[in-house]
Amino acid sequence: MRAGPTTPDAIPARPSRLVAVIREMLSRPSGCIGLFLVVAHVILALLSPYFAPFDFKAMNANAILAPPDTTHWLGTDQLGRDILTRTIMGGRQAILVTAIATPLAVAWGGLLGIYLGLAGGRLDDILMRVVDAFLALPWILKMLLMIVTFGTGVGVLIPTLAFFYGIPVIRIARAATQNIVARDFVLAARARGHSRVSIMRRELFGNVLDALMVEGAMRWSWMLLAFTSLSFLGFGVSPPTPDWGLMIADSRNFMAIAPWPAFAPVIALSSLIIGINLTADALAKALGIDRAQAAVH
Amino acid sequence: MLRIFIRRLLLGIATVAIVSGIIFAAVEALPGDACTAILQRDASGERLVNCRRELGLDRPAVTRFVEWASGAVRGDLGISAHNNKPIALLVGDRLKNTLLLAGCSLALGIPLALFLGVLTGLRRDKASDLALSTIAIFAMTIPEFVTATVLIFVFSIWLGWVPGIVTASASSPLSAFFPGIALPVIVLTMVMTAHIMRTVRSSVIDVMNSDYVQMATLKGVPYRQIVLRHALPNALLPAINVIALTVGWLLGGVVVVEKVFNYPGLGHYMIDAISDRDLPVVQAIALIVATAYVGVNLAADLLAMAFNPRLRTLKARSP
Amino acid sequence: MTGDVLIDVQNLSIGFKGRSGKLLPVLRNIDLGVRRGETVGIVGESGSGKSTLALAMMGYLKHGLRVISGQSLFGGNDLLAMPARELQRIRGGKIALIPQNSGQSLSPNLRVGAQLAESLALHGKVAPSAFPQRVTELLQQVRLPDPAAIASRYPHELSGGQQQRVAIAMALAGDPEALLLDEPTTGLDVTTQAHILELLSDIAARYSKAMVYVSHDLGAIARVCSRVVVMYAGEIILDGGAATVLTNPGHPYARGLLASIPRLANPSLPLALEGRPPPPGGVGPGCSFVERCAIAEAACRAERPGLQPLLAGGRVRCRLPERAGSIPTRRDGKPGSASGSFGEPLVRLSNLAISYARQSLVDQLLGRKPQGVPTVDRVDIDIRQGEVVGLVGESGSGKSTILKAIAGLVAPAGGEITYDRSGALPATVEHRRPEQLRDIQLIFQNPDESLNPRHTIEQILAQPLQLYFGLSGDALRERSIGILERVRLGAHYLDRLPSQLSGGEKQRVAIARAFAAEPKLVLCDEVTSALDVSVQAAVLDLLDQLRRDSGTTYIFVSHDLAVVRALSDRVAVLYQGRLCEIGPAAAVYSRPCHPYTEALMGAVLEPEPGARPVLMAEDIMELSPPPKGCPFQRRCHRKVGPICESTTPPQQDAGAGHVIHCHMPIEDLASAQIVRTWDNAGPPHVQ
Repeated sequence: MRAGPTTPDAIPARPSRLVAVIREMLSRPSGCIGLFLVVAHVILALLSPYFAPFDFKAMNANAILAPPDTTHWLGTDQLGRDILTRTIMGGRQAILVTAIATPLAVAWGGLLGIYLGLAGGRLDDILMRVVDAFLALPWILKMLLMIVTFGTGVGVLIPTLAFFYGIPVIRIARAATQNIVARDFVLAARARGHSRVSIMRRELFGNVLDALMVEGAMRWSWMLLAFTSLSFLGFGVSPPTPDWGLMIADSRNFMAIAPWPAFAPVIALSSLIIGINLTADALAKALGIDRAQAAVH
Repeated sequence: MLRIFIRRLLLGIATVAIVSGIIFAAVEALPGDACTAILQRDASGERLVNCRRELGLDRPAVTRFVEWASGAVRGDLGISAHNNKPIALLVGDRLKNTLLLAGCSLALGIPLALFLGVLTGLRRDKASDLALSTIAIFAMTIPEFVTATVLIFVFSIWLGWVPGIVTASASSPLSAFFPGIALPVIVLTMVMTAHIMRTVRSSVIDVMNSDYVQMATLKGVPYRQIVLRHALPNALLPAINVIALTVGWLLGGVVVVEKVFNYPGLGHYMIDAISDRDLPVVQAIALIVATAYVGVNLAADLLAMAFNPRLRTLKARSP
Repeated sequence: MTGDVLIDVQNLSIGFKGRSGKLLPVLRNIDLGVRRGETVGIVGESGSGKSTLALAMMGYLKHGLRVISGQSLFGGNDLLAMPARELQRIRGGKIALIPQNSGQSLSPNLRVGAQLAESLALHGKVAPSAFPQRVTELLQQVRLPDPAAIASRYPHELSGGQQQRVAIAMALAGDPEALLLDEPTTGLDVTTQAHILELLSDIAARYSKAMVYVSHDLGAIARVCSRVVVMYAGEIILDGGAATVLTNPGHPYARGLLASIPRLANPSLPLALEGRPPPPGGVGPGCSFVERCAIAEAACRAERPGLQPLLAGGRVRCRLPERAGSIPTRRDGKPGSASGSFGEPLVRLSNLAISYARQSLVDQLLGRKPQGVPTVDRVDIDIRQGEVVGLVGESGSGKSTILKAIAGLVAPAGGEITYDRSGALPATVEHRRPEQLRDIQLIFQNPDESLNPRHTIEQILAQPLQLYFGLSGDALRERSIGILERVRLGAHYLDRLPSQLSGGEKQRVAIARAFAAEPKLVLCDEVTSALDVSVQAAVLDLLDQLRRDSGTTYIFVSHDLAVVRALSDRVAVLYQGRLCEIGPAAAVYSRPCHPYTEALMGAVLEPEPGARPVLMAEDIMELSPPPKGCPFQRRCHRKVGPICESTTPPQQDAGAGHVIHCHMPIEDLASAQIVRTWDNAGPPHVQ
């Protein structure tokens, strides 16, 4: 039984691929939960300043490390700031920065990777060595060197994250391209005399896009991890701006006496990252890509 | 086979050479240098010039790079700007501690990951697979500092079973790190187990769907024997490369875990060095970590080749 | 000679759950008994359910399939309802499978000897101490030279033919009572296939096992089987003696299938069987073949015909078997090739050499040229305007490589390609002028690979139209529709994706894309090899029509000699990238002179009862051509002497442009005729 079900002659109009993929994702519980979490977090990040119950930097000397009550639903931190407010606003910076940096990373890494996969040759050999060299360095070292040199503003973090997280994308895009370049339809386009740019645009993009979308979702989650880890270590967002990484770091000092300030940011951050990963998983399955075989970086 | 080995070795050396160039250039670009770190507030005017002359920092960057690189090849990593001790000694202590942490995590994680990967792969889409695979996503994606914080709260503060941080100093004997090492090992094991397990699972699924497993079934081979003799030897090959990536990560990327648990390893030291602008130390650690990464991956490629008859005899094929 | 019923499939229906949740049958009410000592062929096109049936005979269902009704009995016990432990005893021990793709069916991590010993151990008929001895015997039995060496190798170290022999040995290891062969020679070269089939029919005759041979290739089945079962859309539609089924079958589909097979001795185009089989679950209440049947009447749509016995023996699932005889099983007359006078040479390959050897790093540093024998060498062919030149040869003959060089995808290492009157053609596409690019178009083997899966048919056709003619908007669409109609597809295909088309339709789109450029020269690279035989006939017919309409020149590459025969005016036979023989198709096919052509033609399997291929060359696989002398020297059965190894053979002209590259005197070559043997009266339809 090689052929499987063939399609009958009368085929209804082709539904848009995007619609089909989203429908396929929603047909799995993981896709449903994942998409819900991601969408909820993004909406919260955009709208939280409009409905946060308190000012995120307003301190209340009378309620330092206060347990949850009716005024402060999730309690207060060591400076008497409302934890609910700080939690719903604590992802704004992280989501904003990474949501801009991720497409940038996928775009430049993807384009370069596709080009190298198509062109090959000496340039490819040399650049791949440089890519390997960058991958051999721990991410945190690369990030810290940039931060120490240029500071931690959004204007630094976005290009820095986009640059470093685009490097592994080169590899993925290049490998995906090499698989496609070997196929006859690319050969056919070459034989017809299409230019390299035209081949990239017409034959390669559409087919590499799947891998890049899944890769993008994964990059987003790694970037969030990096961003919040840097905040946690004290190299990221500067106080008093609320940030989950920073909040968890602060709460550790008082954990023995007041554990609640840690709970909300831990749950918020975890739910976002799990949401992204469930979405990435569902996306990979809907697109027929084996995500577990992607590189671990 | 020998040709491939030599080729890979040369590529690895080239990569390390490029890495050292990148590190050196990056550190050059940083504001300040060893002298500003040594002199701190006094770093100005005559004293700064003198110090730079003394340390040779007034010479061109290329000269200093060649000197640094040739020193590194001989094992001489220079002098710490922070406390004037030889870096090789300082880094050696931390490296030993990091190796202890990595070793414990690998000893625990690899068998667990292989077992779970094979189990979930064989029981694909059954309840046990879905449960374990979902847990794996949680384990590998939640930031380490979050997992660490939760574990400290539960096991150290709440239950009081193990200490929440490591109090031993960098040069303490290895035995001093127990039992404080337990929680960092658990955190690292969770992350690495999830990664390896997912790769093994997907590889087991592929192999179990292969023509040769179907053929073995139709030849009357019992299930146990199919799994052990026909499937696993092929399915576990991709695990070698993932384990290599994991080892590379354990040696260089566990900064956050070391910092959270105050564990005196390489990553912790690297952060401190960056904060202190102790640039020679930063360079040395980066070089060691990158070399280890390249070396481990090279070893994995060769191991995979040695275990895979298809790769092993590709070149030696007789007509 | 035949005994009791061993394999007995009773009313078996198997299906899978479709997207809609409905159970879609891939096998419908199969009733089939196979007796001891009987050799039954199951033939059908892709999707007919033949492999599913074969695996069900071993009690095995592929992932997702389930039994709807019926049983699959072996020795009286239902394998589909048997506990695993008992099944393990029967599989390999009582009934063994020889799989389609042995290269992938042997475990890559175990040596051949170990895998054979495993089979011996499982079925416990030999003492463990005797395993090495028995392994050697088995490998000898399948005629592998140097069994000890083979046993110590890994599967990937063997050639395709050797792997297939190992698989046969493995099946014989358990000394089973029945053998199942699932397309055992598909994908092998013609000469290798002939040797394997020879071995299989010998085994069938010698051991009197029950054998079930599943294949899409009636020629292979004709060689081995005494009884043939024809499947269509998951049903058995015909069951009868091989002689009847192969010459005068009682079912319209079987007759159409026979007519669609190109024959070596018949220069006319095969007859296409229009339409396509219904998908699983797509059969109406009536006969599954009704949509494509020439003699169907209203009653055929209303009620599904039963499998009824025929007077002459056998069974047929047709209401009108006596009327089926009116459907022709072959087309005589109109030759496919428009032989006659052709114009000026359009393309001239002179002393063409192509090398895939890449410069190693060391060579690059030392400035040395890449070493090794070129893949293609000394090829001289003139292709005249309006002509169809066939290139035939087995894998590794360099035929596709030559096409790629003409298309500008690989640069020749030596020699020249001249095109039209414009002189030497630049080596690669990057240096060619737009009109040169437009004039030469390439069609590939597999449309699944050659059509971008993300593009609609409209986008696919737009590529050449935009590039070469700058069309856009309505003009573009109009022209696309016109081209689709030329390949007998309608405008409603424009917004479909390739994945929504059948194999034949996809290949038509690929042909349409090539003809959209209005080319002068079309390079066809195994264009029908990925298609079912009835679809192949339609594609051949289309190609023939297109070139009659537009006077296009073809270079037609195929491993299938009968297909080349149907379409070509002239034929060039290649071995290891060197020309063996070239000449008018009629001359080469009626009087093959070169020993390799002789061996190749002799090995072809024809769907004639009792047809027996002539085995001449050794079926060794050569990885690279010999550095000097004749390319065929290592396998030649008529080797002249040391001169064959030292000197390039001369070109000898046998008249009318029939040129042979061989050291043997031309008189001897011409007198050497292959003698095809037919067990019965003789070749019934040689013209």
